[in-house]
Amino acid sequence: MTAVATAHGVTKRFGDVTALDDVSFALAEHTIYGLLGRNGAGKTTLMQILTGQAFASSGKVSVFDAPPVENPAVLSKVCFVRESQRYPHVYTVRHVFRTARRLFANWDDTFAHGLAADFQLPAGRLVSRLSRGMLSALGVTVGLAARAPLTFFDEPYLGLDPVARQLFYDRLLADYAGHPRTVVLSTHLIDEVSDLVERVLLIDRGRLLLDEDADDLRGRAVVATGRAEAVDGFAAGRTELHRERLSGLVRSTILGGLGPHAKALAQELNVELEPLSLQQLVVRLTVPPTTTAPTDREAAR
Amino acid sequence: MDDDRPIFLQIAELIENSIIDGSLVEEAQVPSTSELAAFHRINPATAAKGVNQLVSEGTLYKRRGIGMFVAGGARARLRERRRERFTEQYVEPLLAEARKLGIGHDELMKMIDSFGAVVGRDLG
Repeated sequence: MTAVATAHGVTKRFGDVTALDDVSFALAEHTIYGLLGRNGAGKTTLMQILTGQAFASSGKVSVFDAPPVENPAVLSKVCFVRESQRYPHVYTVRHVFRTARRLFANWDDTFAHGLAADFQLPAGRLVSRLSRGMLSALGVTVGLAARAPLTFFDEPYLGLDPVARQLFYDRLLADYAGHPRTVVLSTHLIDEVSDLVERVLLIDRGRLLLDEDADDLRGRAVVATGRAEAVDGFAAGRTELHRERLSGLVRSTILGGLGPHAKALAQELNVELEPLSLQQLVVRLTVPPTTTAPTDREAAR
Repeated sequence: MDDDRPIFLQIAELIENSIIDGSLVEEAQVPSTSELAAFHRINPATAAKGVNQLVSEGTLYKRRGIGMFVAGGARARLRERRRERFTEQYVEPLLAEARKLGIGHDELMKMIDSFGAVVGRDLG
């Protein structure tokens, strides 16, 4: 794997809050990553450090084999689309494109204007007069047309409707096929992107929980439903992430693949198995332990 | 893509299905990985993995700079392989459910015969 960026033991503290805790990973070239995790998990901080907009308290980051901070040679190859972008108040959409053309070596003006038309972005409109959704559309347009070898999208679609989001995914895939690059997509809409991303980075409370191929995570956990004794029999020796009850029926989320052996056992015990989606897996892995305890739910009944 | 198996396997199976049902004939060109990725809205690397599996199994072959094509004899080989898996995939679950419901051998055979007749696709 050719790495475009690496993080070694990156820790970031704000006072006594540890936003990132000893995070290490590498971003490969020509790969679409999903950067997942709850609000406040440290995703944005991580992207700020990788794009030279913040310093790590300790640890080391390297982007295109160099430290990114105030390094124009590196930063011309990096595009970071923030959740909220700020532009000078006199800027129109066209001004933003003109600035982007100077900033990004691979900028494609025709592609940018095509995307603007797709998103129905008026080129002459002042950015300050754009609606929330249009501002997000401007962000993803810049992020796509920059064709930066390393592109970060941080929750890029606040206010974008499902049609516009689908347009973004379709244009991203189509353009990526012709112009492969490394894309890091930070999002909470995991179901929407789970087929799009090749690799998943999951951050929880500042720690890197998963760094795996998205396809390998499919079927990583299963939901087993059946009578309590049967589910207990099936779950024995496996890691249970979550359990719900309804009279004699138990629904249990169990870690571990679904080999032929597990399928046969489930059939024998009369336990129904369903795959757990990536989104549900992330929920189960990042929900605070106090709320997953089965006793809580039962006590509330 | 909506079952628990890896997407690349599902992509490989979709192409196999097209070969088995004759919509992709031998020596026909199969869609490129970019086309597959765009159509199924999946990552191109995943689509490529599915296609590459079919290449390594000899179902497809590569013509450098042109694309992927269905290999000669692929349909017969795929049908043979699917037939081998038929018992495990279809017959075993059918018998397990029949046993659960107390459906005996004769009753089950009658069901298969009469269903075949109803849909006009007698298995002969």
